[in-house]
Amino acid sequence: MGIVSRGFSGRRREGGDRLPPGQYLVEDFPVLSAGPTPRVPLDRWEFAIDTEAEQTHRWSWQEFMALPMQTPTVDIHCVTKWTKLGTSWEGVSLDVFFEDVETTAEYALVYSYGGYTTNLPLEDLLDGKAWIVHRFDGEELAPQHGGPARLIVPHLYFWKSAKWVRGIRLLNEDWPGFWETAGYHNYGDPWREQRYEGD
Amino acid sequence: MRRRLTWQAARLHEVRDETATARSLVFDVPGWPGHVAGQHVDVRLTAEDGYTTQRSYSLAAPADGDRIELTVEAVPDGEVSPYLTEVIEPGDQIEIRGPVGGWFVWRPENEAPVMLVGGGSGVVPLMAMIRARRQAGSRVPFRLLYSLRDQDRRYYAAELRRPEPGLDITYVYTRAAPPGAARPAGRITLADLAEGGWPADFAPDCYVCGSTGFVEAAADLLLTLGHAPERIRTERFGPTGD
Ligand SMILES: Cc1cc2nc3c(=O)[nH]c(=O)nc-3n(C[C@H](O)[C@H](O)[C@H](O)COP(=O)(O)OP(=O)(O)OC[C@H]3O[C@@H](n4cnc5c(N)ncnc54)[C@H](O)[C@@H]3O)c2cc1C
Repeated sequence: MGIVSRGFSGRRREGGDRLPPGQYLVEDFPVLSAGPTPRVPLDRWEFAIDTEAEQTHRWSWQEFMALPMQTPTVDIHCVTKWTKLGTSWEGVSLDVFFEDVETTAEYALVYSYGGYTTNLPLEDLLDGKAWIVHRFDGEELAPQHGGPARLIVPHLYFWKSAKWVRGIRLLNEDWPGFWETAGYHNYGDPWREQRYEGD
Repeated sequence: MRRRLTWQAARLHEVRDETATARSLVFDVPGWPGHVAGQHVDVRLTAEDGYTTQRSYSLAAPADGDRIELTVEAVPDGEVSPYLTEVIEPGDQIEIRGPVGGWFVWRPENEAPVMLVGGGSGVVPLMAMIRARRQAGSRVPFRLLYSLRDQDRRYYAAELRRPEPGLDITYVYTRAAPPGAARPAGRITLADLAEGGWPADFAPDCYVCGSTGFVEAAADLLLTLGHAPERIRTERFGPTGD
């Protein structure tokens, strides 16, 4: 146990076993981003997967909308300590996007409109673990929360869930992204409290 | 590979009231490794029964040996900020981990003009940059646009009142302007940023910090004025506020 701070008793808005170590519950939806919010018009929006063999698969907004939608309800955990339980989204599983993608790459670098990047092992995007979503809580996804579309990978800290997602580059070697080169953990498992490099 | 960030005991050395609702806290953290202006720390509080909670706070000044300084605003009904602003006393201990963050930082080697835009407690990491500039004897021109409810909410009032060559300050009052002020009270506008900031072709590095709403609004206005998105760095403290 850490050092006791005299006179501190706490509020204990605990989430039971759904709250990872060091997190606290919020009801609202705070925002974390490193710069201004990019605005992406839908007629110019596209999502791409670039393989290690330099093959590119692309989807326009209309093509994205025609894919089978799912409505995952998940808990999300931000490295700035807040956790929000039971958030509901609408979007397309990454498994759908990867159906026709041939790859033996192990790593993925996700990139966004506005220049943001984040890296993760490809397997963390597959088997029902990640989605490209365009609706939150029954409404269109607001630009400050990553609209028109963002990635969600709820089992990792939320900075891995790139807002304004534009594509995924598949790589044979791991390539650290934006926060990962700015002192944050390379993998970011909230249950192991992997916030910063070396955790 | 850098040093692993571990929890360190921090003992409160002194406190200074900034306003009726905010105070600066100076902690002794033995073995503090030093930090860059703009970085923050994680604070962990532990109750008698082992319950713990964490929050982030910006470092308000360059380190003075093992001494670091935070400035905390009491958020009504908050769990941690009322403890730090009302309960903790010199001699008491908390735990601290850091420094954290390698993006929202200013280093004295940076030569571009600097535009600081802070709302409410968002001025804290910007003050660290102003103090780091002074400490380094840097001549990089700085402009600070400080949005706050009214005069009574002004942090670091005496220090910011002292003239400092190369630092220009504009106050934007959102609820009540001081008597005789030319600008009526109201939220930050394009004109405020055009007048109190640098023209976009000076290519300043812009640092915007405050509540989510404030940062969204100010960063959008900077884009409208033609500042390049990659030169606008933001830090969002929380949901609402000034
Ligand atoms: C990188 C970073 C740096 C920060 N630096 C500072 C700093 O230098 N000084 C400082 O005072 N704060 C700073 N904050 C905010 C701080 O971490 C806490 O969020 C804040 O002190 C509130 O914590 P709490 O436990 O008192 O309130 P909580 O118990 O977390 O929240 C209580 C209620 O207040 C609301 N709330 C939470 N935060 C805010 C806010 N900022 N404004 C208005 N309402 C809020 C919540 O939604 C909730 O309804 C920083 C945050 C980040 C992410």
